[in-house]
Amino acid sequence: MNSVEHPLRKYLRPSVEATTFCPGCGDGIVLTSILQAIDELGMTMDDFVFVSGIGCAAWIISPNFNADVLHTTHGRPIAFATGIKLSLPEKKVMVVSGDGDLTAIGGNHLIHAARRNIEMVVICANNGIYGMTGGQVAPTTPREARTITTPYGSLENTFDISHMVQAAGASYVARWTGYQPRQMTKSIKKAIQKKGFAFIEVISQCPVQFGAKTGAGGAVEMLEMYRKSSISVKKAVEMSPQEIEDKIVTGEFIDTTKPELCDEIARLKERVRGEG
Amino acid sequence: MENKRVRTGKHFMMGNVACAEGAVAAGCEFAAGYPITPASEIAHTLARRLLEVGGYFLQTEDEISAICSAIGASWTGKKVFVPTSGPGISLMLENIGFAVGIETPCVLVNVQRGGPTTGAPSMGLQGDMIQPRRGSHGDYEIIALCPSSPQDMFDYTVRAFNLAERYRTPVFVLGDAFIGHMREEVAIPEPEELEITYRRIPEEGTDLSKIKVFLDEEVAPMPIFGRGFRSHVTSSCHDEHGNRNLIDPTALDNFIQRLRNKILKHRDEIVEVESDCDSCELALVAYGAVARCAKEAVRVARSKGLDVGYLRVITAWPFPDREVQDLSHKVKKILVLENNSGQYYPYVKAEAAGKAEVEFLAPEILGQVHSLDYVVQKIEEILR
Repeated sequence: MNSVEHPLRKYLRPSVEATTFCPGCGDGIVLTSILQAIDELGMTMDDFVFVSGIGCAAWIISPNFNADVLHTTHGRPIAFATGIKLSLPEKKVMVVSGDGDLTAIGGNHLIHAARRNIEMVVICANNGIYGMTGGQVAPTTPREARTITTPYGSLENTFDISHMVQAAGASYVARWTGYQPRQMTKSIKKAIQKKGFAFIEVISQCPVQFGAKTGAGGAVEMLEMYRKSSISVKKAVEMSPQEIEDKIVTGEFIDTTKPELCDEIARLKERVRGEG
Repeated sequence: MENKRVRTGKHFMMGNVACAEGAVAAGCEFAAGYPITPASEIAHTLARRLLEVGGYFLQTEDEISAICSAIGASWTGKKVFVPTSGPGISLMLENIGFAVGIETPCVLVNVQRGGPTTGAPSMGLQGDMIQPRRGSHGDYEIIALCPSSPQDMFDYTVRAFNLAERYRTPVFVLGDAFIGHMREEVAIPEPEELEITYRRIPEEGTDLSKIKVFLDEEVAPMPIFGRGFRSHVTSSCHDEHGNRNLIDPTALDNFIQRLRNKILKHRDEIVEVESDCDSCELALVAYGAVARCAKEAVRVARSKGLDVGYLRVITAWPFPDREVQDLSHKVKKILVLENNSGQYYPYVKAEAAGKAEVEFLAPEILGQVHSLDYVVQKIEEILR
């Protein structure tokens, strides 16, 4: 059968024949945005090492991307990526994982990688729930939302991940929803070119677990909700905390330049060599 | 040009410093760790020494990050080192299993301290002998070496790197606070006298679907990152090319058995013991700091005309089963000495079952090495 190949198919591992994502999952949008960004930058998969943790979003790159891919233990991809980047500073290192992986079990590594300002791109697909394991509450689950482990609604506060990463010292932080693939792609391109720690949070719909458990509905309803409740960073600063409570603030929170760890180490090595 | 990696010469050196020098001499380029007594001197030494040779010591936010960043660096082709003590190993165990599963060369040193839990950080206890062997979940083999002196801390750290590179696996150096903080003469040889091993890497341009890069009992070449191999590396059950397989029931069996056999098939090249026992009434079995006491007790007992010998275990894992069996044929009784409540003893007892009677002797006070008189007296009790 003669068929037209998708323009991004060349970036996928030849052995991959089907997606493992549930119908309506937002991870496919994230996958496409990453590949689109790489394509538009004119880069190849050999320019990258990809690292993921455990959970649905970790499968965005593993096994799909035809590149060096390290699929790690739960919560630790940033720690592995740190060792890779320090040893291969000329390569781009990208971590793709979920909110449970990067902010619950792996939160400490996220904080400290941002603090070190080591050059890497971390993309966090935030679906607000543990999808793969059956819909348990996450640090990112909205307050009062019902999940399989919070049958009467969650009592805990919701993690503002982007805010936390910015406070920890990242060079670039942005948040988008699955309804904004174009902005997301543009943002990923910027993040890849950033000399420093770059973090992108993607509010990503999970109709099968989040939608069904919390009553948020199917993929279309969730994307529609994202469209209606998203406001820009610029607009948000003019609003009161009460007004933005139920909104999703999207856009770039920070885009700055400061000393990057690999550069600093290279300089130190030169200095030590000079003294020796 | 002066060789900055190998500090050739005779030194009066602390065990932990000798361990760090062994790592640098073996070609270590990346080390990661978190401050912990009684192992910190290793990190202190590496922080300076690795920079001098173009490497880097990363102080991480916790021990989990230390082992993970080291595994990541190893996948770029670097020789990596993770110095710590028991509580650090406890935190690392999940990812030590990960390193086993994706066949990553890395060296860990556990300068063992008094436990359980936070215990007594500056006291030595051989309390973590089974931990490397069985601590991470699942079914696997590990390599662990037991130094008895600062000289051994150098020599066996070098050997640990060679074994890690040869078998693409984590290797433990099981020291303790006594050996780590002991100062003795350490002789570091000329660089050309050191045997240094490097892992095999596929030739450039190799198609990984055509050759085995995982699960080869003869040890597959490592498809390291950054060379265009486009490696898929997952600790989930996979085939020889790295493709995940969670469906086929034989895939897990294959995954476990191949990894185990990779070590067990080569046990003769890995297992090392030191033995002085031709045919005795009694043999002492010991390792690490306690082996020094056992050796001296045998010398004293022999001077009293007692028929006693010893076996010093250097490779704790894989277990020296044949060596212990041989010993059990030669002697009537075996006395296992450990500075713990008997961790290695059941393994020796099981191996010698039906051939020699095996008894265990803890030190008078746990956390202190047996006193010489105490051991000699015990030998006399058994033999008279």
